[in-house]
Amino acid sequence: MDTVFDVERIRKDFPVLSRELPGGRPLVYLDSGNSSQKPFQVIETMREHLAVHYANVGRAMHVLGAESTEAYESAREKVAAFVGAPSRDEIVFTKNASEALNLVAYAFGNPINEDPRFTMGPGDEIVISEMEHHSNIVPWQLLARRTGATLRWFSVTDEGRLDLSDLDELVTERTKIVSIAHQSNVLGTVNPVARVLERVRQVGALMMLDASQSVPHKAVDVAALDVDFLAFTGHKAVGPSGIGVLWARAELLEAMPPFLGGGEMIEAVWMDRSTYAPAPHKFEAGTPPIVEAVGLGAAVDYLSSVGMDAIAAHERELTRYALEALGEVPGLRVVGPTDLEDRGGTVSFTLDGIHPHDVGQILDDEFGVAVRVGHHCARPLHLRFGIPATTRASFYLYNTPAEIDALVRGLHHVRKVFA
Amino acid sequence: MIAESMYQELILEHYKHPQGRGLRDPFDAEVHHVNPTCGDEITMRVRLGDGDKVEDVSYDGQGCSISQAAASVLHELATGSTVGETLAVVDEFTRLMQGRGQVEPDEDVLGDAVAFAGVAKFPARVKCALLAWMAYKDALARSAS
Repeated sequence: MDTVFDVERIRKDFPVLSRELPGGRPLVYLDSGNSSQKPFQVIETMREHLAVHYANVGRAMHVLGAESTEAYESAREKVAAFVGAPSRDEIVFTKNASEALNLVAYAFGNPINEDPRFTMGPGDEIVISEMEHHSNIVPWQLLARRTGATLRWFSVTDEGRLDLSDLDELVTERTKIVSIAHQSNVLGTVNPVARVLERVRQVGALMMLDASQSVPHKAVDVAALDVDFLAFTGHKAVGPSGIGVLWARAELLEAMPPFLGGGEMIEAVWMDRSTYAPAPHKFEAGTPPIVEAVGLGAAVDYLSSVGMDAIAAHERELTRYALEALGEVPGLRVVGPTDLEDRGGTVSFTLDGIHPHDVGQILDDEFGVAVRVGHHCARPLHLRFGIPATTRASFYLYNTPAEIDALVRGLHHVRKVFA
Repeated sequence: MIAESMYQELILEHYKHPQGRGLRDPFDAEVHHVNPTCGDEITMRVRLGDGDKVEDVSYDGQGCSISQAAASVLHELATGSTVGETLAVVDEFTRLMQGRGQVEPDEDVLGDAVAFAGVAKFPARVKCALLAWMAYKDALARSAS
């Protein structure tokens, strides 16, 4: 992208960024890792679909039904292109990344799935990591309990990197699936997918990526990554909530059993049995989140028009600036990599002797700075670092260095209150 | 500017210098309560004496200034008082916290706990203030049974 990245122009696309908070404070939104704000292009596309194109999809034999179906399916095509999927039929719409992860976990050890890649029982192993979001932990715990398989995990180094020292002992012929975050939602760490995948292929296992924190922020190409499954969610990528995505290789989707049963996922139904529609519809039972899917289509259009490489470069500069500025705050400790190598724009930290809830409250209330405080749905990672919670600032295309200055000013004030 | 009124001097004082912190023997009941949304936790023990007297309330835990200060204030108010009197304070404190900032606190009943009145305006923080108090109520119920 040779175009100049004009953050002020981008900010004008996001109506919420120009609103005032009670008391006349400006909004400093540093919580995009939690959920991003929406540009008017997305809001307008969704409004217009609801206003003049809305009908159910895939079944209505009238103009609106055709327009709605066309919009829904073209959103699928946009998403496929956005993540480099070879076919739009490899894009399954879910309600969020959690559902996408659960859908895949459900395919294993399932009596109606006889494909050997998906059989699972005692002696088989599932490998995740200590830095996962709960949504990439709990579905696998449930799977292990259902099937008697063993759940194992990579540990995390003191620097917040995936510890690959025991890669060969952890990923073995017993491993059926390895599922890890592409980018940590707490540490910002970008994981070395290729190295893990090489071992996964050696042992004949499958690999899934939770890409909720990477797809919104940089160019992600599933063909280049060469993994088997990838999940992400719309609301972190300037799209609406209620829509998520599972990408999987076509042959795997074909082998996998349906997840939810219902309308639109069938081919033919008798009273005692059914046959199923081909993927992706096999996994989209019931009326889908139509307007949300259309909104996600507009979101990836928007991101593409700005340019994913330009967004990544902008966030990299913000992260560099933030790591430097935060380093000057006494008593502040960054949890995660303090260099820019394989790292995204999410910075979590602790402040000596001050609980993150108190940090977050004062930042919000006095400075209009919105950060996330707590364990960020990654409790095991916090346990590993021996801390109950962190304060997390996460950046996106619309953030500015001045907003990081506001965060730092706020942190100095927090320290004064609790001195 | 609102949070300033939540972080009363008395709350910050109790947070920085918690009263009666640490688990002590003997005790009649011990409970462990957590706030799953923020990870705050508290372990609390109560020791009752003759005539419903609360001999000791001891606790240990981790969490924000609000949750930890609330435990410290509770220790001060409850120790040496009676079960009946403290339950009246718990009820008034709960009423204040759940009042969305619309409830006029009864200072005679609440004593120092009135400093938490500002917290009631922050629904996300009400659970922090109530953590120790709900644990105390639970511990009393268990020591009676």
